Amino acid sequence: MRDYLKKKIISENFDFEEILLIPILATLLALIIGCLFLLATGETFENILVAFTNLFIGSFGSLNAISETCTAATPLIFAALGIALAFRAGLFNIGAEGQIIIGGMAAVIIGFSIDFLPIWLHLPLALLFGAIFGALYAAIAGWLKATTGAHEVISTIMLNLIALRLLDYFLRLPVIQKEGRNDPISKSVLETAQLPQILSFIEPQLRLHSGFILMLVAVVLVYWLLFHTTIGFEFRSTGSNPNAAQYAGIKASLTIILVMGIAGALAGLAGSNQIMGVLGRATPGFSASIGFDAIAVALLGRSHPIGVLFAGLLFGALIAGGRLMQVKAGVSIDLITIIQALIIVFIAAPLLVRNAVPWAFKTKDKS
Amino acid sequence: MKLSYKLFGAFLASVLISLSSTAFAFTACQVTDIGGVDDKGFNATSWKGVQDAVAKHGIGSKLLESNAETDYVPNLNSFVSEGCDIIVSVGFLMGEATANAAKENPESKFAIVDFAYDPTIPNVMGLIYNTDEAAFLAGYLAAGVSKTGIVGTFGGINIPPVTIFMDGFVAGVNHYNKTKGTNVSVLGWDPESKEGLFTNNFSSLDDGRAFAQNLYDEGADIVMPVAGPVGLGSAALASELGTDSLKIIGVDVDQYVLDTKNQSVYLTTVEKGMDATVLGAIESAKNGSFKGGVYVGTLANNGVRIAPYHDLSSSVSNGLNNEIKKLRSSIINGFLSVKN
Repeated sequence: MRDYLKKKIISENFDFEEILLIPILATLLALIIGCLFLLATGETFENILVAFTNLFIGSFGSLNAISETCTAATPLIFAALGIALAFRAGLFNIGAEGQIIIGGMAAVIIGFSIDFLPIWLHLPLALLFGAIFGALYAAIAGWLKATTGAHEVISTIMLNLIALRLLDYFLRLPVIQKEGRNDPISKSVLETAQLPQILSFIEPQLRLHSGFILMLVAVVLVYWLLFHTTIGFEFRSTGSNPNAAQYAGIKASLTIILVMGIAGALAGLAGSNQIMGVLGRATPGFSASIGFDAIAVALLGRSHPIGVLFAGLLFGALIAGGRLMQVKAGVSIDLITIIQALIIVFIAAPLLVRNAVPWAFKTKDKS
Repeated sequence: MKLSYKLFGAFLASVLISLSSTAFAFTACQVTDIGGVDDKGFNATSWKGVQDAVAKHGIGSKLLESNAETDYVPNLNSFVSEGCDIIVSVGFLMGEATANAAKENPESKFAIVDFAYDPTIPNVMGLIYNTDEAAFLAGYLAAGVSKTGIVGTFGGINIPPVTIFMDGFVAGVNHYNKTKGTNVSVLGWDPESKEGLFTNNFSSLDDGRAFAQNLYDEGADIVMPVAGPVGLGSAALASELGTDSLKIIGVDVDQYVLDTKNQSVYLTTVEKGMDATVLGAIESAKNGSFKGGVYVGTLANNGVRIAPYHDLSSSVSNGLNNEIKKLRSSIINGFLSVKN
C-alpha cells in the first residue's frame, strides 16, 4: 500500500505523461465537474461561461492579475517544496502549517524588534530566523521519528496544534502585542524588514514582492539538491528503499532529521514571506491554511520541483481568479475550494483520469 | 463544424449581452470577513442592508467573500478597480486594510462596519454601535429570568466590538443586583481587567457547544455567546438540554428568525441594526451627502435594540418586561449610564 502510494505521488524521472499530462487533465476534469456543480445549483450557462472567463481573466488577464497570482502562489510553492522533499525521502510532512506559523513568528519578532540595522542586513536576518525556527520546529518531528519511531504524520499534526496555540499565546505577550490593542495582533515589522515590491515602479498597487524571486531561487536550489548532490541521492534512496539505503551506508536517522529540517526551513520561509511581503504583522489567522493547501500543491506537482512550481502557480491562479469570478458572476468562492479538492482526487486516482480520457495516453499505466 | 462555430458565436453574443445588462448607474459592493456571507450574523446583516438598497433604489450590488485575512487587501483592490460607487467592508479586523485602501484611492467611497478611525478619514464612514445600551437591557433581563443566579457570556476575539456586548451585559446584571438587592453573578467576562472567555475564532460551532457546556457546568442557566456563528453551537446544546436548563441570548440579528432549527432557545437577541446603517451609508453615497467620519447606532435611533422574547416570553414576568421598557427610555433620555 505504502509503495503504491509512493509511486503515485513521486515521479522519479521527468515522465511527460506522469508529470504534465495527468495534472493538466485532472485540472480540466475538475473544471468540468465544477461546471456541473454550478448547473446543479441553478446557474445559467451564460453565467457559468462568464464565471470561467473571469476566472481566467482574473488570474492571467492583466498585469495586476498576474501579480496577484504570483503573490498567492509564492508561499504555497515555498511550503510545497519542503513537503515534496519530504515525500521524496518517504516522509509525510503534514506539519507545514505549524512550521509556517513558527517561522513567521520568528520573522515578525526580528522584523519589529531590531531598529538599528540597514535593510540589507535586517531583511536577510529576519528571513534567516524564519527559516531556522521553521527548521528547528520541523526537526522535532524528525528527531522523534529517528529516535523513537514516532510516526511523523501524527507528530506533525500535533505540532500544528501546538504551534497554533503558541501563536495565540505569543500574540498576547505585551512585548509582541501591538500597543493599544486587546486582541491578538503583533507589532508591525519595520520598513527595513519588508520584502520590497518589485513591480510597483509600473503601478503602485501591484503587490508582487521580492519573495517571488527568492521562491524561484529556492525551486532551483531544491532541484539541484535533489538531483545533483550526494545528500539528495541519499534522500531519494531512503525514500525508495530505506533498508537498501541503510545497507549502502546511509544513516537513516540523520537523513530523516535533515530532510525534516530543510522542509521546515522552506515552510518557515513561506511564513516569513507572508509576514514580510504581504501582511506586515502576525495575527492568529496569518497562516491561512497555506500549509495544508501546499500538501495538495506538492501532490499535484508530483513532488518534482518544477512540477511544484507550476502546480503552485495554478493554485495561486485559482485564488486570484476566484475573486474576479465572484465579482463578475456572483459565483461563490466555495467553488474554488471544490475545484481544488477535485483536482486532488483526480491526482490521487490517476487511473480515473486514464479511464476518463483513454485516447490521451500512449503508454499503459505501469503500476 | 460550421454549426458549432455558429453556436459558439451565439453563445458569446448572449454572454456579451448578459455582461452589458449588468451595468448599473450605481453599484454598492461588500467585502465580507472570513465568517462569510452566510454567517447568520454581521456579514449577513450588512449584506441585507446592501440588498435592501438594491430593492429600494434599483442599484447594482457585488459581493466578495474573504477566505483568509490575506484576502482583505486584494478584495478591496478588486472593488476599487471594478469602479464600485461605495465599498462596504465588514468588521473590525478589516480596519487597517480599509484605511490603507481608502488612503491610496481617495476618489473611492468606503463604509466600514465596527470601526471608527481617529482621526477620521475623509472618504471612509465608520459605522459603530453603542451595543452596550442594548446588552445592558439583555443583562438586566437575564438576571431577572435566571433561576440559578448565575449567567454567563463568552466572546470570539477580545476586540472592542465584541467586548462592548459583554461590558453592557455585565453592567445590566450589576444594575439588577443594585436595584433588587440580589447577587446574580456573571461568568466569562471581567470588565475591569478586560479578561474573559474567548474562543479565539468566529467559526467553530464545536467551540460554541463546549464553551456553553463549561458555563452550564459552572451553574449558568443563561448564556450570551458573542462570536457570530459560534453561538449556533451553543444554541444546539441548549436545545438538547431544554430551555429550563439553559437559555441563549443571541447577538447581531434576531436569532429566532435566522436559526430556525433551534429558535425556541433564544430568550432574546442583542441586535445591531447593521442593515439599516449600511443602507443609510449607501443612500448617502448615492444622493451625494456622503461624509467621512463616524455614524453611531444607539437605542435612540434604533441602531441597537433587543429582539422580542418569542417562545420564551412566558418566562419573562410582566413586571420585568415593564422595568426593561422603563430602563430603555431612561437610557435614551440619558438618565442612566450603561457603563460599569
